[in-house]
Amino acid sequence: MQKRLIVNHQLLEIMVMRLCHQLIENHGDFSDSVIIGLQPRGRQVAQRIQSTLKAILGTTVPTGYLDTTFHRDDFRRRDAPLAANATHIDFLIEGKKVILADDVLYTGRSVRAAMDAMISFGRPANVELLVLIDRLYSRHLPIEPTYVGRRVNSLQSQRVLVEWQGSDTQEDNIWLVTKNEE
Amino acid sequence: MQELSVRHLLGIKDITAEDIQLIFETADNFKDVLNRPIKKVPSLRDITIANVFFENSTRTRLSFELAEKRLSADVINFSSSGSSVKKGETLLDTVNNILAMKVDMIVMRHASPGAPHFLSRHINANIVNAGDGTHEHPTQALLDSFSIREKLGDVAGKKVVIIGDILHSRVALSNIFALQKLGADVMVCGPVTLLPKYIRELGVKVEFDVRKALAWCDVANVLRIQLERQQMKYFPSLREYTLYYGIDKKMLDSLDKEIVLMHPGPINRGVELSSDAADSHHSIILNQVENGVAVRMAVLYLLASKQ
Repeated sequence: MQKRLIVNHQLLEIMVMRLCHQLIENHGDFSDSVIIGLQPRGRQVAQRIQSTLKAILGTTVPTGYLDTTFHRDDFRRRDAPLAANATHIDFLIEGKKVILADDVLYTGRSVRAAMDAMISFGRPANVELLVLIDRLYSRHLPIEPTYVGRRVNSLQSQRVLVEWQGSDTQEDNIWLVTKNEE
Repeated sequence: MQELSVRHLLGIKDITAEDIQLIFETADNFKDVLNRPIKKVPSLRDITIANVFFENSTRTRLSFELAEKRLSADVINFSSSGSSVKKGETLLDTVNNILAMKVDMIVMRHASPGAPHFLSRHINANIVNAGDGTHEHPTQALLDSFSIREKLGDVAGKKVVIIGDILHSRVALSNIFALQKLGADVMVCGPVTLLPKYIRELGVKVEFDVRKALAWCDVANVLRIQLERQQMKYFPSLREYTLYYGIDKKMLDSLDKEIVLMHPGPINRGVELSSDAADSHHSIILNQVENGVAVRMAVLYLLASKQ
């Protein structure tokens, strides 16, 4: 297995900072906005965006986590079912501007499932998508992100790995992982 | 993620402790879904489930039907009264006819022990046993243990007494298997005529005095006296049974600790439980019913992924 570093921790910090300023351009004081991280790996993205916005604006934007397992379209098409994670949304999304946050956008199927799952909690005014990594030319559905950290060209056999300090490793890094051919 | 080690849920005896934990973890998530404004997920939208009930049921059948609908499955209901079973059709023919209409899963209750096991050897669909005679009632045992876990944090190490008609109770047998697999200490309590002769071989404690049993336990699961299954007299009168084995609020208050009171329903108020005990803060009877839907959703969801 080969790992190539595509974003190191300094770049990632700049990237998150830029994404937050783009969000501020569109959302102002965030009075009608909420952030929803897609379980499992969008959770840390949402937390990081929330804490960076707090450092810049001094306000805490309501942030929740959404699990999409039961809304996925590949149930019974996989060998084993996916493990479900907790959903934690303790605010109303009715009429809000929702920012969905995830680490990597690939086929777009989990975003579709997320939008489906989110509608169970109410009808948002609008929905935007924020991702750290957008894998180009790999979409199965017409879904595009509103805010992108970095666009990456990758092969189907590769995968993008986002590591967060504390949970996986010493520092934040984003890797492109290539499996060795057998 | 792990998956279940079985294709059918025929009994707790056939599944592992890991299976039970997996069902509980999945049920936690479904319980969360059931508390949302829209209590429905699309997971089983391409599945058709037949609820085949050869015996009466209110709670279990409603609970299964609701679980199936919350998972977006298509549901058909069959009950033997008013059907061709009365005209002499065999079990296998009845079920094969239902399956010919492209049904993926069968939830079955039958008066004969082993009926779902027999069926599982002859048909392809996933089968969930919703009670087979006096043998097993796996989903009830799962929701009972799930409710204990929810109330007390864990099942392991807890002392659970099952009180009443152990001889005729499929709930008792499934509960004993489930509780033991999860590491609980199990006792049965009832009149000697209503305890199976070899019950000790299952590794459970036996007690004939209900007061001693209550003083010992953390959880008391009280069963219904199943008059409809009793072919002969096992005790002189219901009044005498109530006198010796009925539980009332006074008995619960006289204990020097808080115990949890459970009942699989339907309650014979004034027989095994007095009304003030059944409605007291000790009781988690309605939580059991609520958890039943989430646990059954978890079972159906996990079995559906094993097609």
